Amino acid sequence: MDKTEPEKETLSDSTEEKQKQATESKEKSFRTPPKVDRKPWHGLWALTNRDLRKWYTNPIQLVVSLIQPIVWLGLFGKALNFGSFIAGSGSQLSIAQQNAILTSFFGTPSYFSFLACGMLAFIVLFTSAFSGMSVVFDRRFGFMNKALSTPVARGSIVMGKILQSVGRSLVQAAIILVIAVLLGMEITHFSIQGVAGTFVVIFLMGIGLSALFTMLALRSADWQTQMAIINLINLPLLFASNALFPTKIMPPWLQDVVKVNPVSYANDATRQLLLGATGMNSLWVDFAVLIGFAVILSTVGIILSWKLLSK
Amino acid sequence: MSANTKEKTAASPIVEVEKLSKIFGTLKAVDGISFEIQEGEIFGLLGPNGAGKTTTINMLTTLLRPTSGNAQVCGYNIFKQANEVRRNVGVVPQEYTADEDMTGKNNILLCADLYGIPRSDSKPHSEELLKLVELQDAANKKVSTYSGGMRRRLELACGLINYPKLLFLDEPTLGLDVQTRTAVWKYIKTLKEEYRMTLLMTTHYLEEADSLCDRIAIIDHGHIIKIGSPEELKNSIGGDVIVIEVKEPSPDISSDISQIKLVKDVKKNMNTYRIKAELGEEASPQITDLIRTKGLHVTRVSLTKPTLDEAYLEFTGRSLREEEVDKLTMFRQRVTMRRARS
Repeated sequence: MDKTEPEKETLSDSTEEKQKQATESKEKSFRTPPKVDRKPWHGLWALTNRDLRKWYTNPIQLVVSLIQPIVWLGLFGKALNFGSFIAGSGSQLSIAQQNAILTSFFGTPSYFSFLACGMLAFIVLFTSAFSGMSVVFDRRFGFMNKALSTPVARGSIVMGKILQSVGRSLVQAAIILVIAVLLGMEITHFSIQGVAGTFVVIFLMGIGLSALFTMLALRSADWQTQMAIINLINLPLLFASNALFPTKIMPPWLQDVVKVNPVSYANDATRQLLLGATGMNSLWVDFAVLIGFAVILSTVGIILSWKLLSK
Repeated sequence: MSANTKEKTAASPIVEVEKLSKIFGTLKAVDGISFEIQEGEIFGLLGPNGAGKTTTINMLTTLLRPTSGNAQVCGYNIFKQANEVRRNVGVVPQEYTADEDMTGKNNILLCADLYGIPRSDSKPHSEELLKLVELQDAANKKVSTYSGGMRRRLELACGLINYPKLLFLDEPTLGLDVQTRTAVWKYIKTLKEEYRMTLLMTTHYLEEADSLCDRIAIIDHGHIIKIGSPEELKNSIGGDVIVIEVKEPSPDISSDISQIKLVKDVKKNMNTYRIKAELGEEASPQITDLIRTKGLHVTRVSLTKPTLDEAYLEFTGRSLREEEVDKLTMFRQRVTMRRARS
């Protein structure tokens, strides 16, 4: 108590002094300090935009990041034409019967459409993975220390990384969706609610996954380790999900893994929303899981940022 | 006189450090240092690489959590009121921290955003700061096109965006060419004299500490060995050295010279007198006058002021420059500390 009072005095003294100086010689002194924003999320947009700007001012990055899923769509989606497997097998099935078989596996007669939904998850997964990378580079190049020496909330630093990655995911997913439609994705079941719901799914999955990768990078300044971690987590998350193949044709142990993989819930939801497919869960369950995933991981990320960002 | 001024300024120490320590694994980077900084002074931490200077700054700017000890910065506790400390101090780190892909101006504005300063204020203020560090022409160029000196100046501008009362400068002229170094010295003097700012700077350049700092703490192996003004540090190792050469043949007048009040010690070697004296500028004319009255002819006079280098040698037992010879040990220590810090 004793200590705080003289502090206030000296504070007001120095501002008065500054004002005096300012009136005495305008050029030579700083202006009076402004009233600063003390909201816990101040600076969040500045940090998010800083990373987003690197991406939207550099179109090469955007194009390169889109090439991979497009190649997958083209090669995988078109080459693995399961419809022609059945048609070419010499069986005497009618088109309707063939479609019924395909639908029983993929929830839709078109594997390409099935895969297109998986590619939306793919682009989110790979974009999110690099949100951790940007933490590592900020540490390497010293920007992290600059941010940490300001009163910006530690949580904002983490949330900035998460949101910039979600922003990228949303834009890239939109482009992939358009390209998929141009390449022949089934659009008979498209609806405004369905497309909007799909982007909500992408948003939630993006938050959860970026939070995961960001928190793994919080303490690291070593990009090689980070790359190893990304590969270690990314491919299993992709293959142990229903992104490329339906759960039905997987061995039972893998099916169990798929059921705890949040990526599967995102795919399940987008396929129901865009293709009218019959999913493994109801949409409510999918959304509940995704919301839980996003909320829990981002909360853990923020809590860890208090502990791990500074030592 | 000096006691009097000390009492006056002691009323407002802006930094109070008590037994601050930081241990990285087995390495005691900072080992129980204590000091105070008065408002309005430039306080220098002088020491070789790896002495614990940056670690000290990082603790005071809340980037590192001290292992033990305590400190008040701008009246706020570095543990309990970390955010208030951050709000009130400016930091100019040793490494370049600006975002390379952004322009100089946008970097400053980003810093302002992180401090929560509204754009209505940070826009005009950033112009002023760019002018102060003479970067207004490069303000809208990407930082990746900047030279080392320009980057250093940009860091300085970023460190000033939040109207700090206290500015931390970590090795502000490390690796800069002479011209930029002089410019940075000029800005530092401006900040002190015209903006009444308090500065804490680290350096391992003696001439820098000598010309800029009001008080210096010599720090080595995490300990503060000596604190004082550059003058005090220099004087504490004995006075100036005057060397006088007289025309041969000459009788020994050493005892006469040592009668002069300011003279502390006289040694004669051949026709040269080596005299230790306080206030060499005043003592030397008195001595030459004396020699002339004895009927001798002075052929040469030289006056050497003690350097901080000698003071440093006296206190640490080795020269700052010698220290750098042992590069491998130094390198290892620096790598450990870098890793630990980053």
